[in-house]
Parts: sequence; C-alpha cells; structure tokens
Amino acid sequence: MMDARTQLLSPTHWRWYESLLWIGVFALPALLPSHSLIINEIAIVALFAVSLDLVLGYTGIVTLGHAAFLGFGAYCAALFAKFIHPDPLLGLIVGILAATLLGALCSVTILRGSDLTRLMVTLGVALLLLELANKLDWLTGGSDGLQGVVMGPLLGRFEFDLYGQTAAWYSLSVLLLLFGLARRWVHSPWGATLIAVRDNPLRAAAIGISVPSRLAMVYTLAASVAGAAGALLAQTTGFASLDVFALERSADAVLMLVIGGVGWLYGGVLGAVVFKLMHDIISSITPQYWTFWMGLFLVMLMLIGRERLSPSHWLKKTKGDQA
Amino acid sequence: MTTTVLAAHGLVKRFGGITATDHVNLSLQLGARHALIGPNGAGKTTLINLLTGVLPPTEGRIELLGEDISHLPSHARVARGLVRTFQINQLFASMTPLQTLAMVVSQRRGLGARWWQRLGQDAAVVARCEELLALFRLTEVMHQNTAALPYGKRRLLEMAIALACEPKVLLLDEPVAGVPAGEREELLQTVAALPADVSVLLIEHDMDLVFEFADRITVLVNGVVLTEGTPEVIANDPQVKAVYLGHGEEVRA
Repeated sequence: MMDARTQLLSPTHWRWYESLLWIGVFALPALLPSHSLIINEIAIVALFAVSLDLVLGYTGIVTLGHAAFLGFGAYCAALFAKFIHPDPLLGLIVGILAATLLGALCSVTILRGSDLTRLMVTLGVALLLLELANKLDWLTGGSDGLQGVVMGPLLGRFEFDLYGQTAAWYSLSVLLLLFGLARRWVHSPWGATLIAVRDNPLRAAAIGISVPSRLAMVYTLAASVAGAAGALLAQTTGFASLDVFALERSADAVLMLVIGGVGWLYGGVLGAVVFKLMHDIISSITPQYWTFWMGLFLVMLMLIGRERLSPSHWLKKTKGDQA
Repeated sequence: MTTTVLAAHGLVKRFGGITATDHVNLSLQLGARHALIGPNGAGKTTLINLLTGVLPPTEGRIELLGEDISHLPSHARVARGLVRTFQINQLFASMTPLQTLAMVVSQRRGLGARWWQRLGQDAAVVARCEELLALFRLTEVMHQNTAALPYGKRRLLEMAIALACEPKVLLLDEPVAGVPAGEREELLQTVAALPADVSVLLIEHDMDLVFEFADRITVLVNGVVLTEGTPEVIANDPQVKAVYLGHGEEVRA
C-alpha cells in the first residue's frame, strides 16, 4: 500500500503524458494554420469551462449566469484597448481585475439560499449586465456591439494576424497558465475545503470551515478566470458583442462540463473540445439543424452515461482519480 | 478545584408555540465524562444544536471557557474548541478517510485557506493523520472511498473527524447508534480511549454505555432538566425510573 503522503501528493504531480499533450496542443496552430481561429475559440471556451468547474464542479454552486464575468471581462478589455491602451497583456490584466471585482460583489448574492435560488440569481445578474450593455450604447455600441477594437502587438513583437495563429498561441498560453494555477488551487488544503463544502456544508461548518467565506472566495476567483477568457475573446476577435452575456454562453459551458466531466479540470477542456468540434462539424453539414444532433448527443450521453461513452473514462481509469 | 469548560445558562428555544428547550442550565467540568439522557423528543438534539450554533437560542447564554459564545456562528465555536459528532453520519462522500482527515487537520492548524500549498505537503499534518487513522482503526481503509466504507468504519471516521479538530469539549451524539453488534466493540473502545483532557458530553440511548462511561448524568424530559447527578444517584432516582427507565426495573450501575 502507498504511504499516506505519497497518496495525498500523487494527484498534484504533472505527468509525462500531460506534457506531451500540451506540447501537441501548442503545435496545432503551426500544423494546421488554417484552423487557428477554431483552436483559439476552443482555448477560450475551455478556459471559461474550467472557471465554471471551480464553482460548479468543485464547490457545488449551481449557476446559469457565469457569462456575466466572461462578458464583463470582454467589454472591459475591449474598452481598455479602444480608449486607453492597445497592449493585449495590459488589457488582459484589466479584464481579469474588472471581473474579479464584479465576482467579489456578486458573491454576496450566492451565499444564501438553495440551488434554485442561486440558479435564478446568477441568471438574473447576467441578464442585468446584458441589458446594461445594451442600454449604454454610447459606450458599448449597444446591440451593434463594440467595434473598432484594434490590438497592439503581443509583447510588442507579435502582431495579431488574420489567420489567428498569434491569437491561438496567446489564448493557449493563458489557458495553460491559468489551468496550472487552478490545478494548484484544487489540490491545496483550500481546494479540499471547497470539496468539503460541496459534499456536506453542514459538516464543513462543524469542523470550523466558514462556508460563506469559502463560497465568496471561490466565486471571486472563478470570476477572475472567466474574465480572462472574456478578455481573450474580445482581444482576439477585435470585437465585443452582447451575446457574451447571453444565457447560451453560460448554458453551453454547463453542457461542456457535463460532456467532459465535472470536478475534474481536464473535463472542462475535453468538454470544450468535443462541444466546439461537434458544433463546427455538424453545423457545416446541416447549418440549420445542428442543435438537433447536439440535443440527441446530450440525451444519449445522459441515458447511456458518459463513463461508457467517452474515452475520458478509460483515461481516468488508468490514471486513478486525478486532476 | 474544578473548572467549568462549557456552561448553558437559562437556555430557551421555542419553535412557534412549542418550547423545545426550557430554561436549561448545564455545566461541563474539565475532563468530564458527562452523559445527557432522556426519552425520545426530550430535546436532546435541539440542545446540541443550540450549543454548537446550528440553531440560535430564543433566550439564554452559552459560555465556553468563560467566553460568551451565544452569538458566534458554528465554525467560530469549532475554532474555540467546541466540536460535535452527528447522530446520522455527516461525512464527505467523495473523499477518502485520509483526504478527509488531511483536510480537517489542515483546516484546524490554520492552513485551510492556503491555496498555494499542496494537501499533504506539510509533514506534521500527515503525521497527525496517520496517528488518527491508527487510533480509529482506519489505517487499512484510508485509501478507500468514504461512501464505500462499512457502516462501523464510517461511524469511526465520524468521530475521527471530530477529534481531528482538536476539541476541548466534544459533544458525542449517539456514537453507537445503528452500529451492528460485530462492529460495536471497536467503537466502544475508541470512545473509552478518548483523551482524558477532552471534556465529553455524551448523548446516548444505550444505557449500558451511559452507565459505563459517564461520571455525571443529566436527565432531560420535555425540554426541561429533570435531574442531574452521579450514575448511582440517577439509577436510583424514582422520578427518573418513572419517566425514562420504566417502572420497577433494576438498572445496572
């Protein structure tokens, strides 16, 4: 039997096949330059799904309004680039900080109540922001979206090209960085207390964990990550439109987690890849009816069970129960 | 000289028109083995919930080590050393016993908010976990999923979690409830082996356990303290016999 310390530390180790996987992912924009745009898009929604996994998967906070932070990060980064400074990294930081602030503010709304209340409150906040962005058209461009966002070169050297290669590498780098951070978080003592709160809030309080403070912390942190995803979205597309706040954005991220697996950081990434590729492939075959096939896939997934349907299960089996 | 570690003064809890706890006074001495008994519906669990902060009292005051804790939330009372177990297991289903205890010990030592460290990185925390696992006979199942453990083991984990919080006062809510006969002895031994400096309030229906374990007994009936005394006094109290132990039955002391 493995000793206690080795066992506790084992999920935190970075495996060789993970390095291989990420190297492969980073090679993609070079190998398939014409697909850089979709790679960029997948990296961004994967980051968004990972952020949602922190609140939904690890802490059990049910939300249908996570796009609030994605959208806020997107608009703040776009406005910053348009009116203040075109540097992408500065804009990214601004997007993250703005979403963090909003997350801290909104965390008050999820401290109390049942899952249903949280579902409604989070949905409400996202709708509120959507309507605000619509109404403040002198600033945000209203329903036309915020246009004319021109980004400066990344690190002062790499221009954003039309094919989106730079964009893809930029988004992948931010994804990897924040994924690594999130991984550290969920395997820390703090991360373990989040799982405790999810599993049994009553007992969590009875062992001295302040449940409200944990909820507020993780919600704020996840908002930062979602804000980063939003900033990337606005910067790499040069555009911010109202749909970043839309219910579909939040719901899609939930679907991605369901597809890839909740409470498992790679689940968000895997779900994003599957979801986006399916969307892309099916809608190129039947542009009007892609949601039919998506719906069919989801129903099958739920009825048959993800475990028996997807390779993530077999991957997980050989890996134990990790990351 | 005895020191009072936990005291309730005139504690009242009303739910609408029902008074579940009616001016209860209770004091627990340092190192006490105090039992709280009473028939079903006597308000034992309500009292525990009041003491631990799950419910706010309607009236009255609770003191822990001389400090008024009546209005502190649960987690703040735990931080001051007031810890409980639950009558129905309250465990963390997706964690192993080892992960659970590592999490609880980290939290207790003020590392629970450290997001930059790894769980298991702190050698002292791991050593304490191994100690607790051995003490509660969980070593051989420490890597198993909690949800898959036999009931007796889950009951032991329930207590191990409480002890991992390093309590000064431990409230045990029916620790042997529902434990099959085969796994009972193991549990009773761990209850008997609790550290002497931890003051224990035991809520239990099992009279054998109560009279074996307790050096002082409080009898609660309809939310009111009927009487309090040593096991001998309680066993021979005609009032107690009448309401709780049944008429004319001899009780082993």
